[in-house]
Amino acid sequence: MERLEVKNLNHSFGFTEVLRDINFTLKKGQVLSVVGPSGGGKTTLLHLCANLLDVEEGNVTNSFVSTSFAFQDARLLPWKNVIDNISLGLLAKGMSKAKSIIESKEIALRFGLEENDFDKFPKDLSGGMRQRVSFARALVVKPSLLFLDEPFSALDIGLKKELQTILIDKIDKKEISILFITHDLMEAIRLSDEILLLKSDPGHIVKKFSYDLAQKERDDKYVYNESAKILQDEEIISTFELALK
Amino acid sequence: MKFALKILKDFPAYLWSGWGAIASIFLFIAVWDMGNQIYGDLVLPSPIETFKTLSLMLQDKDVLTEINITLYRASLGFAFSLVIGSALGLLAGFFITASMMSRPIVTILVGMPPIAWIVLAMIWFGMGDETVIFTVIVASFPIMFVGALQGTRTLDGDLKDMAKSFKLPWHMKFFDVYFPHIFSYLFPAWVSGLGMAWKIVIMAELLATSDGIGASLAVARSQLDTPTALSIVVIMIVSLMFIEYIILEPIKREVELWRD
Repeated sequence: MERLEVKNLNHSFGFTEVLRDINFTLKKGQVLSVVGPSGGGKTTLLHLCANLLDVEEGNVTNSFVSTSFAFQDARLLPWKNVIDNISLGLLAKGMSKAKSIIESKEIALRFGLEENDFDKFPKDLSGGMRQRVSFARALVVKPSLLFLDEPFSALDIGLKKELQTILIDKIDKKEISILFITHDLMEAIRLSDEILLLKSDPGHIVKKFSYDLAQKERDDKYVYNESAKILQDEEIISTFELALK
Repeated sequence: MKFALKILKDFPAYLWSGWGAIASIFLFIAVWDMGNQIYGDLVLPSPIETFKTLSLMLQDKDVLTEINITLYRASLGFAFSLVIGSALGLLAGFFITASMMSRPIVTILVGMPPIAWIVLAMIWFGMGDETVIFTVIVASFPIMFVGALQGTRTLDGDLKDMAKSFKLPWHMKFFDVYFPHIFSYLFPAWVSGLGMAWKIVIMAELLATSDGIGASLAVARSQLDTPTALSIVVIMIVSLMFIEYIILEPIKREVELWRD
């Protein structure tokens, strides 16, 4: 069975301890999110899991057959047009140029891009468009594990919902597992099976929350209710420093 | 191949956009003619006379040989500094220690006046090809070096992470992620290196050799032959403009289409 296992993970940058004793397991088909305040080591944790940073202490074992990463900013190659940006991951996997372009066009249309956008360079796209391209690039490779680094944080609510719906659809079909970091609790509640709360200085996991209802069944009311509930939690209050001073 | 075709396809439109430039050149020639009317033929020959002398010179076999000699020296020196400067700059850019160490050396090289190099080269190599070529190399090398160095140093760490996350194989990393960025620094450096090489070759020839356009310029000066001197200047300027605007600029436009 494919899984991502993190055991006794510690990490420091120089003398600053960023993460301490992180343990969790992400199984196939699961959506796990890590929430916490900004600057709390979330991105470091994600980069360690995605092998973008070298693990210094502890273990990260990833047995998923394929992974991809959607970043907070789009990170498109400025000298490549929309389609060439999307097809990057396919070409890296060794797919032929012609076939990768066909697949990229297909997914671009599904992500709300239009035919006359295909030849545009990133500089000519709006922020939302760029994020669509970035999402398309991450999903076109059909990853069995997707890393998401606050990819919705800069988007308007319409586009946010649209992209989340695409993800929920994939989650429902058990096509994808997701490790997701965010500071937006509602977003986490909408998408996750399990939420890990990461408290900072140094980053360590203080609490887990589980949600059993299938993502597709979660309506706005459910999300608002659960958000209200979670906001009463003492650990959440102290981690996000919500208490009135 | 596709790229070359695109450049050719866009070329007529590019040429058509050159009317403004041509108008300004004519304006310049008009001012030149005014200078001739004020100061007389000896100080500043009229454009007509200059162009007549020029066309006579271009029919002369000896003059063409001189031009060829100069072209040979300039292109050899330019090619050398392009290859060495770009390669060393790239190499230095990939290692922090090397780029830190090379910084002051480059400042020395850039700050050293070319005329000083010519004097040194004349002592080292005597009067001839080597002196000229050496001067061209040392004068345009730092420009290429700095271009390559900056291109490599400013590679975007975020894009590197992105490339890593998609497990791009090394050739894709190089050609799709690193190269376009580095090239956008290298290419302008090559263009200004070329301009530098062309100026320096004339100066070095004027002082250190008995053949080439630079030497012809020295002869024209000693004979107070102002029309010939001006014609030589025109040859130098027109050839540089041809290379820059007809060959390099269209390429640059295509290459930098993605820029803001």
